[in-house]
Amino acid sequence: MIRGLGLAALLRWPAASANSDAVRIAGPTDAGASTTAAQRPPTAGERDLRLDLFRGIALWLIFLDHIPENVANWFTIRNYGFSDATEIFIFISGYTAAFVYGKAMRERGFVVSSARILRRAWQIYVAHIFLFTIFLAEIAYVAATFENPLYAEEMNVLNFLKEPDVTIFQALLLKFKPANMDVLPLYIVLLLLFPPTLRLLLWQPGFALALSAFVYILAWSFHLNLPAYPNGVWFFNPFAWQLLFVFGAWCALGGAQALGGLLRSRIVLTVAIAYLVFAFLITLTWYYEPLAHYVPLWLSDRLYPIDKTNLDVLRFAHFLALAAVTVRFVPRDWPPLKWRILQPAIQCGQHSLEIFCLGVFLAFAGQFVISEWSGGPLIQTAISLLGISIMIAIASLLTWYKRMEGRSSPPRAKTSDADLAGGEA
Amino acid sequence: MNFKIALITAMALTNATAFAAEECEVPPSLTVSDIDLTRVAKAIKEQHRLDIAVVGTGSSALPPGPDGDNFAYPARLQAALLQLLPGNDIKVVAHVQARQTTAEMAADLKQILATEKPALVIWQAGTFDAVSGIDPEEFRTSLSEGVDTINSGGADVDLMNMQYSPRTETMLDMGTYADIMRWVAQEHGTLLFDRLAIMRFWNDQGTFDLYAATKKYDMARKVHDCIGRALASQIVNSARLTP
Repeated sequence: MIRGLGLAALLRWPAASANSDAVRIAGPTDAGASTTAAQRPPTAGERDLRLDLFRGIALWLIFLDHIPENVANWFTIRNYGFSDATEIFIFISGYTAAFVYGKAMRERGFVVSSARILRRAWQIYVAHIFLFTIFLAEIAYVAATFENPLYAEEMNVLNFLKEPDVTIFQALLLKFKPANMDVLPLYIVLLLLFPPTLRLLLWQPGFALALSAFVYILAWSFHLNLPAYPNGVWFFNPFAWQLLFVFGAWCALGGAQALGGLLRSRIVLTVAIAYLVFAFLITLTWYYEPLAHYVPLWLSDRLYPIDKTNLDVLRFAHFLALAAVTVRFVPRDWPPLKWRILQPAIQCGQHSLEIFCLGVFLAFAGQFVISEWSGGPLIQTAISLLGISIMIAIASLLTWYKRMEGRSSPPRAKTSDADLAGGEA
Repeated sequence: MNFKIALITAMALTNATAFAAEECEVPPSLTVSDIDLTRVAKAIKEQHRLDIAVVGTGSSALPPGPDGDNFAYPARLQAALLQLLPGNDIKVVAHVQARQTTAEMAADLKQILATEKPALVIWQAGTFDAVSGIDPEEFRTSLSEGVDTINSGGADVDLMNMQYSPRTETMLDMGTYADIMRWVAQEHGTLLFDRLAIMRFWNDQGTFDLYAATKKYDMARKVHDCIGRALASQIVNSARLTP
């Protein structure tokens, strides 16, 4: 836990320490620029492009993972450790939400900032329902065209089409969520609860984080989760996943600075790397069966099951280790962040809601194409690349729109900048 | 009329056999394991008989049709085992009921063990749980307790996971349930028949086009026959019986 906290601290690298690193890593020009940045108060600091970069990459990975049969999946991080792109996405979303709305809450008060948070939750809700409509269209098509006695049992999944009144209503209540459409509902719930959480985080950050951890423990001890339709519970348990979101928010509001020392410690780095290697070796045994025999029974008893629904501690720790190592080697003023080659990922991260929804849709469409024309590895790779290219194109279009709007209404430019810096979660 | 049906059946069976033997091979990595089916081995060696109970849901049967049961994998397993282990009295009894959760199946296990005393229970699970979105934790508990019941009831266990179904893949999250089955098998040191991986292999190899839409039963029957064969070879291997 402590080790992880350390790495998160680096995500919001304290200005002073960033400075010395910048001198060492970057050329003279860059070092000069970072000195200027260091003189600003940390909370008013400019956008941390690392957040956009990694959120953009996470969005690509989520897109790839959502196409079930896809050779390109081999590149996504879930095959190399316990955690996956979801953790990155939720953590950064918490971080940016606190960054933007925290500032708003300090400057304009509880009511105005809460109203903005709730408006954001509403936008995400509308986006979710839009995706659901596309999903319904796909399901209806499959139901109308597909028949095979071999799959009589699996076809039961289409049963909800028989009572659309109930199903659509349950979808509006966020209780009915088709596969791969679980992230946005989680995000909506997290945002709905965010105004009081943020208030508490600004007032007593340590207490707020402790409370969040307590809720996480309660969720595990008493199996707390929200009910789903027609059965079961939410795939991403909000009572468990809130920990990552609140932790991200805590880091944004000064927690990261507090952990700066830990993050620079060699021991923390060593432990983090050791854990990542361990997780990698364990993951190898999932894909290469004979290796599984080398995992002793006492260990596998302890490891499994690695519970994604309830954000298993192993997953959380894996994310923390990953973040610790990342912030260590990618400082805030890392020169490549300015390189053109990274701009596509950064722009995707800056429009994350739109790009996330687009990714879910493209995954549906991609899967459809792969299945319809027996997709070999070549087609799968082509579709993966095409999908990411479309995401990049749309992200740069959105950036262009934003710039145009900024120019046409200069007095409001400041507010929309703040939105861009993280409201686009 | 009856004669005609019998003739058609016989022809279909011969066709299926010819097809399966050549074309639906399964790589050893998917059927060979170091888990021993000691009770199966004992039953064959000491009594020259083997009673197997198949407990499962819809995907363990072929939907209603003339002689549907004869074409479903439990019957095909019996035929394949008789071929591999001639001279033994082998019986496979299917307890298949559509739309049952794993918890419901687990509740019936004791009864089946007591009345039939099988040496092996093949427990096909997971599909209906995934379709109806059963809480994964609840699924794991039911499965785990069921495996304990079978073991203490004097039978070996072979857990069978879901079918590979490319059409419903984006709508149905099989992965979570398949992972749980793998964990439970590993935790209890029991055999797993990885139907999901095997059918995916066939699909990738072009053995079957599992994406095809059809009203006919031909492919479904062939797939069940191939599953019966793969199961038989897994059982014979794991009981260390040389055919």
